This record gives sequence, structure tokens and C-alpha cells, in this order.
Amino acid sequence: MIGLVLEQALNGLQLGVTLFLMAAGLTLVFGIMNFVNLAHGSLYMVGAYLWVAIAKLTGSYLAGVALALAGTLVVGMAVERVALRTLYERDHLDQVLATFGLILVFNELVAMLWGRSALYASLPAWLGGHVEIGALRYPVYRLAIIAVGLAVAALLWWVVVRTRLGMLIRAGASNRTMVAALGVNIQRLYTLVFGFGAALAGLAGIMAGPIYSVQPGMGELVLIQVFVVIVIGGIGSIRGALVGAVIVGMVDTLGRAFLKPALATVWSPVVADTAGPALASMLIYVLMAAVLALRPEGLFPARA
Amino acid sequence: MKLAPRTLALVAVLVLFAVVPPLVAAFGQPFYLDLFRRIMIFAIAAVSLNLILAYAVGVLAHHGLTSGLVQWALAIGASALVAAAIGAISIRTSGIYFIMITLAFSQMLYYLGVSIEEYGGDDGMRVKTLSQFPAGLDLADPVTFYYLVFALLVLVLWFTNRLVRSRFGMVIRAAKSNEARSRALGFSPYPYRLVAFTIAGAMCGLAGALLVNHTAYLTPEFMNWTRSGELLFMVILGGAGTGAGPVFGAAGLLLLEDLLQGWSLLPQGMRAYWQFWLGLVLVLVVLFARRGLAGLLRGSADE
Amino acid sequence: MSEALLQARGLRKSFGALAALDGVDLEVREGETHAIIGPNGAGKTTLINQLSGRQRPDAGRILFAGEDITRLAEPARAKKGFARSFQVTSIYREFTALDNVALAVQAHAGHSFRFWRNARAEPALREPAREVLAEVGLAARADVLAANLSHGEQRQLEIAMALATRPRLLLLDEPVAGMGIEESQRMVAFLATLKGRRTMILVEHDMDAVFSLADRISVLVYGRILATGRPEEIRANPEVRAAYLGEDEAC
Repeated sequence: MIGLVLEQALNGLQLGVTLFLMAAGLTLVFGIMNFVNLAHGSLYMVGAYLWVAIAKLTGSYLAGVALALAGTLVVGMAVERVALRTLYERDHLDQVLATFGLILVFNELVAMLWGRSALYASLPAWLGGHVEIGALRYPVYRLAIIAVGLAVAALLWWVVVRTRLGMLIRAGASNRTMVAALGVNIQRLYTLVFGFGAALAGLAGIMAGPIYSVQPGMGELVLIQVFVVIVIGGIGSIRGALVGAVIVGMVDTLGRAFLKPALATVWSPVVADTAGPALASMLIYVLMAAVLALRPEGLFPARA
Repeated sequence: MKLAPRTLALVAVLVLFAVVPPLVAAFGQPFYLDLFRRIMIFAIAAVSLNLILAYAVGVLAHHGLTSGLVQWALAIGASALVAAAIGAISIRTSGIYFIMITLAFSQMLYYLGVSIEEYGGDDGMRVKTLSQFPAGLDLADPVTFYYLVFALLVLVLWFTNRLVRSRFGMVIRAAKSNEARSRALGFSPYPYRLVAFTIAGAMCGLAGALLVNHTAYLTPEFMNWTRSGELLFMVILGGAGTGAGPVFGAAGLLLLEDLLQGWSLLPQGMRAYWQFWLGLVLVLVVLFARRGLAGLLRGSADE
Repeated sequence: MSEALLQARGLRKSFGALAALDGVDLEVREGETHAIIGPNGAGKTTLINQLSGRQRPDAGRILFAGEDITRLAEPARAKKGFARSFQVTSIYREFTALDNVALAVQAHAGHSFRFWRNARAEPALREPAREVLAEVGLAARADVLAANLSHGEQRQLEIAMALATRPRLLLLDEPVAGMGIEESQRMVAFLATLKGRRTMILVEHDMDAVFSLADRISVLVYGRILATGRPEEIRANPEVRAAYLGEDEAC
């Protein structure tokens, strides 16, 4: 029993870390540039696809990771320069729509290049296999994801709190015009931030690739959960993104694993069978609603 | 080029409404923009409720309750209720939060719908009996159904028009124009916005009932949040905040989709990936055609 | 001596490390015109925001006609008879002047859950609006878009909107800000016609306006009321002169 709970808890942490990578990128872009990017999920997808393609081509896992990351960064910055710049001054709704159009473009592009069925790529031997944690046998790969995610979180913390760039980011998040007035090259800062966000999303996609299926539209499924994370954590806040992501990851995973059996002990198995899955999938949204009712700004809003 | 009946219906209204904008301009009434924009945007965000109604209709048909009046009344009521519940929570937020939250709730309903195995899960199910109405109003007859839709559209547009001009409409528009000033005058925007949201939900519910009967099929797909994006496009493409805008937008988008999928002049390859072109068009429209189709019809901006 | 309509006791408001209001006590009597002056950054607009309900104080109480309204939200205070004008003109730019005032009338004409009648065709809203517009001298501009009015006219419109709600208490935040000499004088003359008929709290920098309109003046310096009294008393007060008036031209 302990083993089961531990396993699901770790899974929840792993999901949380993946969501954090996505949420951090999205919330940074929103916090600094006041830009809603619905196509963030597409960058996740691009990362996954690039990795699969390059890993197959070169036969090397690490080459795949490195090049896919670089590739996503490039794609992100290119999209920003070509399509998105004019939208910074516009209404959020306009941004939503334009990036929604981009979702369609990316999904179809990917389908044109690689078809509509799910792609699979295998992991290298050194990432396969299991590890013993007490009574539990847990996949090495998932642990690796957790480790990488936490490392990135630490890196982000260091950048935001200790570097000049981070200072600009925090300043920009609370007062954009002031930062511009101070003579900082805003355009370059924006492109950098956007690219950074894209890289984070790409990394999430690369890591998720082997576990979840790589297919057109995979980004949109994740994106909604990312929204929930951001709403719970508070917009513009990396800390909020981390806390929110871990909470959402845990609640969703543990809910799906244990709600049905829990219901079965309280009510009949029939009730548990029908209501269980439905309720489990709704859990994070109910949580979101609860947080909103108490704190409409989220748990750690960056804006005053 | 074969057009679906629903497109024809909208085109008919489009023709009708092509006459309206110059009239509207002649009477100098550019202002029912803002309220309509607000309502329609709320409505679109809540469009997932579409399926609540569709489900309700389908569910009721499944269980043998086929009277259209009862079904639709119940379904509109259910939609309104869900809208009120969602609105109660999300209307306190604004801007980006609001967009994300409503999309998230939409997705939640999708998951709910998908998990209801009895109604086909994510494959959906066929609706066996269409809504039955008295006095020879037979929905199975395409022409009759078409005119019913047409009549309802006109009714909805008229109703919305009155709403926009009423005291209620003025409060919503004022709160959108200058919230600080509105509060200082004594208007508390929240209750009014909630009611607007609920009305929008109910209207969407009606659309859902029509849709289920139109396709004779019940599926959770409409609650998938990406669907909301499509409908959002109809509003913005047509010109959010104009009375005729959403109609133009709906017609425009659906015609475009039909065109890209079925036009024999386009190469087969292009047709298979029609959403790519659609996405591209949408991005370009947002980037360059700010006021949408309705704006183009009117000429220069009214501000 | 008339009664206190509005009392503020020990108001405190901080923004981060900055204490904008540091224990403000204020008393405004029914029918009086009470001016609040002070150097820039002294906290005058913050004080108005606390009184109107736009912000909540960190500590302190506000009493209106004896009733504690500290926790009352802004729209509720408006319904009790508060009206305010903003330092930076805050009107409905896309509506006409008449629409603007009619909205103010509507705000105090019961609830607005009326979905059918055209609000612009309702005499109950339009007639009083026209009267108020005439009162402030904007009758000829009733059908002009607010955005197209001159700056001075826009500020007149703000006053009109405040008056249209039939307030018991008018909070005016720099009513003549940004106005030329002639416009200022006309505004001051108009405000003078309201003296005695309405209770007004006036935040102003223009000393001519202040000394000609005010029954009493409170001097706000760095979040605290330095002195309160009749204009002559304030003018003669050495602390006030040092902190504030000494920097201006002789009045």
C-alpha cells in the first residue's frame, strides 16, 4: 500500500514538474510581455517532434535532446519576430485568436511532415530500467524527469533572483514602461524571454515524448492543465507556477489513482465505477474553482 | 461547390444584414458595439455550454422525452444554470484570467461528457428521435428546419439589440468603458455581468439544441476548448461588438471552411490539410483586419 | 453650528513601506465646503480614495451621518449619497455628454435590471440629465461625444455627473486641474453657487479657488493633518506657512 501511494506521489511530482516547465514559460511571457500565448502548447509539441525525429536520425538520445532544444528555441524566436511582435500592444483577445490560429498551423504542419498517428521513440539503455526505493521499483526515466525539472526550477530561481537579467524580468513584470524608460532594449528582452519560454516548453515536450504519445494536438491537452496551474499559482509568478504545478500534478494523479477505490469503500462499486473516473478528471478544475473563490488573484500573484 | 444547409441559412441572413449596416450608419448608431461585444465574448467563452444543452436534448431523447418544447426549455434552463455557476466564479476575474478560466471549465465539462459511457463516451452517439414539435413543425423536413433556424436567429438578434439599448445594456457598456467611474456612480458591475453571462449561456444553449437536431448526433467534441476558439473566431472575424458581426463571422468562417475542404479547384493535398490554411488566414485577419468583416463593410473606423 | 456629516478617525494607509496616510482625523460639517490642501505627495488623493471607498484603510474608521461605513464598498457608498470627481478626468468617452449624465441619473434610479425599454428614450433619465447639463453650462454640448469635448468641458461634465446623483457629499479631486485662467474662474464661480446647498470636500492646489470657496481648510502634510480651521486662521498659522504656503505666491 505504501509502495502504491509512493509510486503515485512520484508520478504526481513528475507530472507537476512537466507542468511547471510549461507554466513557467507561459507565465514569464505573460508577466513580462503581457502576452497571452495559446500556441505555447505547440512549442511543447515541436520539442517532442524534433526530438523524435533527430533521435531517430542520429541514433543518439542526447543529440536529439540538445538539437531539439535548440530547434524549439529557434522556432520560438522566429515566430515571435515574424508574427507576434505586432500583437503586444493589442487586446488580449486578439492575442488569443492569433495564437489560436497558430495552433492550427502548427498542428497541420506537423501532420504534413510526420502524419497524424502517434510517434514513438525509444529511450537509451541508461535511462531505461527501474530503481529500488525501499519496497518500490520506480522507472529511472521518471526520476530523471523529476531531477531535471527541479534543477531547472533552481536555475530559474537563481537567474531571477541573482542576475541582472532576472532583475530586469522582475522589474518588467511589475512595471513594463518603467523598464523601457530606463533604456533597456525592450525588443531584445522580449525576444529573449519568449525564446526562453519556448525552450522550457520544448524541454517539457522532449521529456514527455517517451511517456505520452507524440501526435498533433498533444499541446492543447496539456495547455489546459497549464492554465489551471497558472490560475491557481498566480499570473507572472514563477514561485506560483512551481507551487501550482506540484499541487495540480499531485491532485490529478492521486485523484485518478485513488478516488475510485475510495468511493468504492464509501459507496457501492457501481457508483465508484461510474462516478469515479468522471469526478477524478474534474478534480483539478474543482480545485481551481475553490482557489478562485477564496483568492481570485491566485496564491502568489506577481502583480500588485 | 456544395454548401451545407446551415451555411445557406446564414448566408440568407447575411444578405438581410448586408442591408443593415448602411442603415445603421445612416442613423448614426455605432454604439451598440460595446455591449454586444461584451455579451458575445462572454457567450463565446461559455460556448461549451452548447453541449450541456445538446447533451440534455440527446439525453432526454434517449429516455423517450421527445417533445421539443419541453426538451429545449429544460436544456436552455440547464445551460443558463451552468453559465450562472461558472460565471459566479469567473466574473470576478478579468482579462487573461477570465479567458483561461472559462476555457478550463469548458474542458472540465468535456471530460465530464467523455466519461459518461452511457452516452457514448468520446465517440458520441446517434440521436434516434429529433425534437418533436406540435402543429406540423417537422424538423426532419429540411426546409422547415431551415426557416425555424432563421426565425430563431432573427429573434435572438432582435432580443440582443433591445438588450443592448436597455438600462441593463447601458450598465454593462459603462462598466466596460470605465469601471472606476461606474463604481463611483454607484454601479456594482458584478451582478450585471453575471446576468449577461447567464443570458449568453442560455442563448448558446438554444444553439446547442439546434445543433443536435441538425447533426442528429451527440458528441462531447463541442466542449473541447478548441471549439471555443473557433467560435471566438466567428465573433472577432465578423467584428466583435457589432450587431451583425457575429453573423458575418459565422458565415465567413463556415464558408471558408467549406471552401477549403471541398472546392474542387483546390489541389487534393491542400484540401487534406485545410486547417493549416484556415489557421493562416485567421492569423492574418487578426494581424491586419482589426475591425473584421463588419468593419470593412462600414468603411473607416467609427471612433 | 451644523453637525458633522463625515468623520474620519485615525485613518492609516500604507503602500509597501510608504505610509501615505499616517493617522488622519477629519471632520466635515453638513453644508460646509471643506478644502484639503497640502504639498504634492502628501496623500490627498489617497485620502479621497479612502473616503469614497475606492480603497480600504489599513486602520481607522469613517463615519457618515453617524454610521460606520469603513467596510462599505464604493458603489454602496455612492448609493448612500457620495459623489466624486477624479483628478484625471474619468468619464465615458464613447458616450455623449447627455448619455454620461443620464448614466449618473440611472445609477440612482433603483436597480438597472430592465432589459427591454430603450434607456435613451426614457424621459425619467433624460430630463433630469438635461437639467443638470444646463446647470453646469453644457446644455449646448449635450449631444457631443465626451471624447470630443474640450478638457475644461470634460471636467464640467464630471461635475455634472457627480451632481446628477443628488449627492449628500461631494468629493472633488482638483476640479480645476489643467484648466486655463478663464475656465478655472468659471468653474470656481459655479462651485460657489453650490456652497451651502451641498456639502463639499475639495482637494485643490489652486489657492485662489481654495480661499474663495472654503469655509474651513485642513492641511495635509506627509499623511497627517497639520491644522484645520477657517481660511484666515490657516493663512496665519506659522507651521502651515512653513510647510506649505510659504512656497507659493502671496495670496
